[in-house]
Amino acid sequence: MSLKLENVTKTYGPVTALANATIEVHPGEVVGLVGENGAGKSTLMRILAGVVQPSSGAFTIDGEPVRFSGTLDANAAGIGMVYQEQSLILPLSIAENMYLGQERRFTKYGLIDHAAMREAARRNLEKVQLDIDPVRPASELTFAERQMVELAKALTLEERDVERLVILLDEPTSVLEQAEIDVLFARIRALKDRASFIFVSHRLDEVLEISDRIYTMKDGEVVDERPAAGARESDLHEVMVGRVLEHNFYLEDEQEPPQDSVALELRGLGSGRAYRNINLTLHAGEVLGIAGVIGSGREALARAVFGMERPESGEIVIHGKVEGIPDPSVAVRKGLGFVPSERGIEGMVPMLPVSENISLANLDSITGPFGLDRRRETALAREWIERLRIKTPGPAAPIRSLSGGNQQKAVIAKWLNADSRILVLDHPTRGVDVGAKHEVFSLIRELCREGYAILLLADTLAETIGLSHRVLVMRDGEITADIPAPAGDKPSQTRIVEHMV
Amino acid sequence: MAPPLIALIVATIAISLYNPSFLSAANLGRVASISAIPVLLAVGATFVIIMGSIDLSVQGVIALSAAITAMVLRVDDGALGSVLALGAAVVTGIATGAVSGLLHTLLRIPSFMVTLGMWFVSAGLATLLLGGGTIAVRSADLRVLILQRVFGLPLSVWLVLAIVAFAALMQARSRFGRYVVAIGGNEEIAKLSGLPIRRTRAAVFAIAGGFYGLAAALSVAQLGQGNVDIGDGRLFTTITAVVLGGTSLTGGRGGVLNSVLGVLLVTVLGNGMILMGVPPYLQQAVLGVLIILAVASSTARIREGVYK
Repeated sequence: MSLKLENVTKTYGPVTALANATIEVHPGEVVGLVGENGAGKSTLMRILAGVVQPSSGAFTIDGEPVRFSGTLDANAAGIGMVYQEQSLILPLSIAENMYLGQERRFTKYGLIDHAAMREAARRNLEKVQLDIDPVRPASELTFAERQMVELAKALTLEERDVERLVILLDEPTSVLEQAEIDVLFARIRALKDRASFIFVSHRLDEVLEISDRIYTMKDGEVVDERPAAGARESDLHEVMVGRVLEHNFYLEDEQEPPQDSVALELRGLGSGRAYRNINLTLHAGEVLGIAGVIGSGREALARAVFGMERPESGEIVIHGKVEGIPDPSVAVRKGLGFVPSERGIEGMVPMLPVSENISLANLDSITGPFGLDRRRETALAREWIERLRIKTPGPAAPIRSLSGGNQQKAVIAKWLNADSRILVLDHPTRGVDVGAKHEVFSLIRELCREGYAILLLADTLAETIGLSHRVLVMRDGEITADIPAPAGDKPSQTRIVEHMV
Repeated sequence: MAPPLIALIVATIAISLYNPSFLSAANLGRVASISAIPVLLAVGATFVIIMGSIDLSVQGVIALSAAITAMVLRVDDGALGSVLALGAAVVTGIATGAVSGLLHTLLRIPSFMVTLGMWFVSAGLATLLLGGGTIAVRSADLRVLILQRVFGLPLSVWLVLAIVAFAALMQARSRFGRYVVAIGGNEEIAKLSGLPIRRTRAAVFAIAGGFYGLAAALSVAQLGQGNVDIGDGRLFTTITAVVLGGTSLTGGRGGVLNSVLGVLLVTVLGNGMILMGVPPYLQQAVLGVLIILAVASSTARIREGVYK
């Protein structure tokens, strides 16, 4: 089927989230949708998925106007949405998740026929070549498997009375590693004769790889449409942000050689099968990138450095002293800071104001003679807001009301305020749009100049290489390569990948 | 369901080693009789807790339903009056639960607060209806449920067994049962999947109320009287039983049969402690320790790594 939005506008009170958007999806096509955060991609997807209704404009399927009053209507029309990570109900089985809300089809005399549901689930899992028992609870699956189950769930719509499907993929790759992304893309290609796809991602290289046609959004409008063939990342960047992606995207020009003093050293660190015999040195003023796929052990290693997991063997040496780090509170005292990938869960307290988030790891900094000094806290927060150029209505604004990039800056401010000279950055640009990424990069460079030491687990390989002074590659829990990445002589991605897999 | 079952078996063996009369038919029958009312309460509360909510109104609903039951029986304590009294108890429970459910969903008040309020509202109403006194119903036909035995067990036990079977089936095989688990597992996703969240939530509280109402009628039959204090101490044992049975307080995990095991565990331990001559005040403390141990050993808590 072909699907069309024409001059669709969505307003929330005085705010226009989507303005006169027109897009079309043809049968068997993969349509890419790119744009910075807040450009209107999610609103567009939510309209297609029936979650919200457009304020004005036409929504037609095969020329027939449609109006959805909920996700169920969209499903009935053959439109399914694959949400980002975590959208399966973990205690329920795979089959129960796949048919959640559709139980009526398997109900006889008021009772659900579990066997029939399992069988149906199995058929759909086969379409994505996932050989897994649908009786297993979703909690036992890996992220990648959950994503595949989501895709299979969308494909169950084929069993309805619809000719073809349109499947909306909202940032499906954000939690996947390269090998898993390759599998996902292979499945999408194989499914093109059954369904069209709309693919939303922050990673432009992926959008270019999988899409046939790409729409670019900016400030609630669709500003560009072009075939993917022949398009380049820099072209898309240009229309997205209205500026050219310079070769200096990662601010290599600002990269200066690290200092001689060693901030952090790991000697023979190991923990079961997760990682083994890890030796590394991190200098002051250095960004040390760790590259590796999921299962390479880099996440566990980063968590061990910050005391969230305990290594079984080896030593952690901080500023020349061997330190035991049994838990994060000790790590903080020893001058470590951790910016986690799950910002909303581990990085900040969403409902607390920016000021209280910043002071959280070092309440001493705002303690006066009569306990916590609110005025000092606000003043301190103002300093950091100014210094890191955090865009917020003020120190009292709840941190969750900030954009992803500004949240991340506030999280980093927390560690700077706690006097952490060694920062572990775990996917610092995840869920952060292009413009804000630039500011995070700039902050990293600035911190290096001031002698901070940074252990980086980046979102993409390009980011790892671009930002780091050196790249350590991990595979199956071991370091397989230590590759220098000085400014002006960055290693190629292929050189790193060959040590990764 | 394995851990509570193992605990039950271990407790049974330990107690019978200490006092072999524990396993006598007479004592096991006693355990079954004692368990009937707590099982009804626990099964009702199970649906609420699987959904990730909590119901604190148990004792208030029991008081109000018991008051209504006794008042109907005061008018007519024959067969017809008894059937009407039973029906009135269930309807009262459903109505009270429905009020909790509707307040909870329409005003978006946490279930914890709504049901805490409803506890005192219904207890207050019961006191008002009974004028603070007690209504004796010693000769009511309703008491046949307790006094009449079939295959050695009171009718009430058989009635409760039938209801448990129905509730277990509803939980495992009906759409409603699935919705309850889905909402408890992740309400946001359940909403996006088009499930009727508010209707299900309200219905769960109403159904739970129905269970409490029936339990109240059985209490009246058992004691031969209706008064406001008839449900005293039931809230704690109900939640203890549900949690001991393995239903997660964070929602999404657990079941009716788990709670039955939980009740049996509580009853067996209570009964065993009596047989072993443990002083009553110490028995309470043991139950308190048990509920903390049960929550402490639940895998969900360990996996989540965050506790509050």
